[in-house]
Amino acid sequence: MAGNSDTNKNAVNVREMIAEKKKKKNLSNFTEKFIPTFLLLIASISLLTTVGIIITLFTEAIEFFKIVPIWEFFTGTVLRPMSQNPEFGVLPLINGTLISTFIAMLVAGPVGIMSAIYLSEYASDRVRRVLKPLLEILAGIPTIVYGFFAFTFVTPLIRSIFPEVGATNILSPGLVMGVMIIPMIASLSEDAMSSVPNSMREGAFALGATKLETTFKVVIPAALSGIISSFVLGISRAIGETMIVTIASGSSKNFTFDITQSMQTMTAYIVEVSSGDAPAGSTIYYSLYAVAATLFIFTLLMNILARYLSRKFREEY
Amino acid sequence: MKYVDEAVVEKRMKARIRNNSILKFIFLLSTLFGLVVLAVLLIRVFSQGIAWLDWDFITGRLSTDPDRAGILGAILGTSWLMLVVIPVTLFIGVGTAIYLELYAKPGRFQNFIATNISNLAGVPSIVYGLLGLTIFVRALEFGNVVLAGGLTLSLLVLPIVIVAAQEAIRAVPQFLSEASYGMGATKWQTVKKIILPAALPGILTGSILALSRAIGETAPLTVIGIPALLIPFPGSFFDTFTALPMQIYYWTLDASLVSEYAYLAAATIIVLLVLLFLLNSVAIFIRNKFQQRY
Amino acid sequence: MSQKIKVKLNDQAIKSSDQQEDKRAVFETNQLNLWYTDTHALKDINLSIKEKEVTAVIGPSGCGKSTYIKTLNRMVELVPGVRTTGEIKYKNRNILDRNFRVEDLRTQVGMVFQKPNPFPKSIYENIAYGPKIHGIKNKKILDEIVEKSLRGAYIWDEVKDRLNENAYGLSGGQQQRLCIARCLAVEPGVILMDEPTSALDPKSTLRIEELVQELREDYSIVIVTHNMQQAARISDRTAFFLNGEVVEFDETDKIFTNPKDSRTEDYISGRFG
Repeated sequence: MAGNSDTNKNAVNVREMIAEKKKKKNLSNFTEKFIPTFLLLIASISLLTTVGIIITLFTEAIEFFKIVPIWEFFTGTVLRPMSQNPEFGVLPLINGTLISTFIAMLVAGPVGIMSAIYLSEYASDRVRRVLKPLLEILAGIPTIVYGFFAFTFVTPLIRSIFPEVGATNILSPGLVMGVMIIPMIASLSEDAMSSVPNSMREGAFALGATKLETTFKVVIPAALSGIISSFVLGISRAIGETMIVTIASGSSKNFTFDITQSMQTMTAYIVEVSSGDAPAGSTIYYSLYAVAATLFIFTLLMNILARYLSRKFREEY
Repeated sequence: MKYVDEAVVEKRMKARIRNNSILKFIFLLSTLFGLVVLAVLLIRVFSQGIAWLDWDFITGRLSTDPDRAGILGAILGTSWLMLVVIPVTLFIGVGTAIYLELYAKPGRFQNFIATNISNLAGVPSIVYGLLGLTIFVRALEFGNVVLAGGLTLSLLVLPIVIVAAQEAIRAVPQFLSEASYGMGATKWQTVKKIILPAALPGILTGSILALSRAIGETAPLTVIGIPALLIPFPGSFFDTFTALPMQIYYWTLDASLVSEYAYLAAATIIVLLVLLFLLNSVAIFIRNKFQQRY
Repeated sequence: MSQKIKVKLNDQAIKSSDQQEDKRAVFETNQLNLWYTDTHALKDINLSIKEKEVTAVIGPSGCGKSTYIKTLNRMVELVPGVRTTGEIKYKNRNILDRNFRVEDLRTQVGMVFQKPNPFPKSIYENIAYGPKIHGIKNKKILDEIVEKSLRGAYIWDEVKDRLNENAYGLSGGQQQRLCIARCLAVEPGVILMDEPTSALDPKSTLRIEELVQELREDYSIVIVTHNMQQAARISDRTAFFLNGEVVEFDETDKIFTNPKDSRTEDYISGRFG
């Protein structure tokens, strides 16, 4: 046998030791077979979470719709859950959600995309490497801190200029939410813009176009689906944001378009009702789930759309 | 005849270059806008809170009297939450990532799980709160205790850990696992002894970022029903608790009743931000120190 | 087929006679075919690799030479969609048999790769890796194995004072010798080398070549190389692969001085490839 030739070298014969150990290996053989199944079980926890979310939200929401007709819920403009004759129209909440989201996007959209243009097209490597992480700090600040900032600083600031604005209003949290979303849009749009191949830019530069013209006529059109995808994700984030609006926009369930007034969003409603310790089984308890299911569908659609757009963008390059 | 009138081009060119410079300046201002707000926010919070932040505040118990109030309970509560979140997310997150990257056959099922994870990452945190309320607090009858809060936060940040771990595993060069297989190592030996150690810095960095997200989360905790009352310090996973962001929330809400509460909230925010800053520094340190160049 | 019979006869001869010109085969490859999904990468390969010899495998890129040696320790299975037919006998057992545990095979058939690929661990841990995964945990024995393996790869003197430093602090040539030492630590019978010097400078290449000459005393070595001088310098036998087939397999001297096939002659004289 080939193995016996080097016995002269050393007392240790590794080959024999390995052969020896191998006999005891049945246990590790078992591990080897068991591991993939075990990992599959762990991986399915994420699936279970999704299933859990869907089942919890929708079974309880269905209970709710047995009491309050689904039609009434989605067309009702009056929300009076605590009243003697409660009414459960979700439109005030959807309205509040959309208005705060709209205000936020009015800030985050333009500022985010202009930051992205600067970072991707104008800034030098060194400047970008300083500015980008700084901007991302904004995304790491907990939303409760933004809520505090909106309530104790931005609202008083707005009121000192426009005294007719309420102590709680939708404008201030909307603006602050916008600031919070800037880094998200800036960073995702920048990724999209910087992955536009340089050859396309060079084509425009060679014709004597300025950077500005190249950006607007070549880079942005080429990166459009990526940029839109970042907007959609920003919207989804704003729709789901909770603490800023809960703190700074109060809890009046007005159905109005006056941004100086207090309005409630879907998320803030969930906080209010669940903190109020609604007894399980009551209509108001079930309404939590109907609102949450609505919110869930809103954000899910947005996320699917965003992913579709960004995949389309990736396919193009 | 000439198609291009050079005088006109020259004149337009000046305007175009000027536009370019003006817009460049505006783009720069936009980029700085976010940073200015950040600076205002930080200055504002620090100027309000720093005077209230002392050792007694950090080690004191909760009190309705602003001068005596402290946040030790909240600090302990947050720490207890982390004791749940860290092991649970690491175990499930890394396990899932190993399965997806190294064991699952590429195909529909793998794509399905990946899509599912990216959808979960987009679910609003408040919805996780409702899930936690329904499953952990009510169905499993934990009540509004540390374990219920910790598990809820774990599910919330799990997608972040999974994606970070997947990226870290993918970044381990193939030639390392080849070398290991070439030595006669089994798949699990290769995973355990070569791939995971090499991916560890990336996994830790991602997990710490996920952890800092969990520490600052408020919405799911409000839904689970964290009491604002004076409660004893938590001593186990089955005790009720409060957490730093909850403390900030209640003091901010009540600032219209007792104006000093705003300063207490600001002081608590400072503690929270310092905690997050430390965590992120550790993450950056790990990334720089243990990054292997091949 | 006739070749195989001849080898078997030789086997008999070794047992009975003291003067042995011919050596026994460690690998007998019979009618090996291999497909990557749709590509037919190896066609009817018949090769017999002799014990304690250096067998060089040469041929132009894409001729299947790397695929062939990766089949010898079944590393080729890491590529999805690989199919094989035929047999490769190692010590009279067909390694392509599903019941043959690849882990056992790879313990006995070590491999050195194209690019040095030490683990991002200490030099010591790199060498101890193989023994450890096979269950050897005794620190004293491990120390002994590490020293012996590093000496065997002629790198001991360069690294003995920094065994606990990261292997990536070594130069490329040292890393490759470390990988060879890592391979020696489990005392394989065969060492496969897949273009082990292609990423190295000439000086490091020379050291590896010298090392191969030394290792031939105790190990059977199969080395893939695209460097024909290297094959001529260090190997006893040479197989010339072309388009997934073995064109010619013979003693190295004969291949390089008097090839039978005109394609071999064309290749070694640099007319194509």
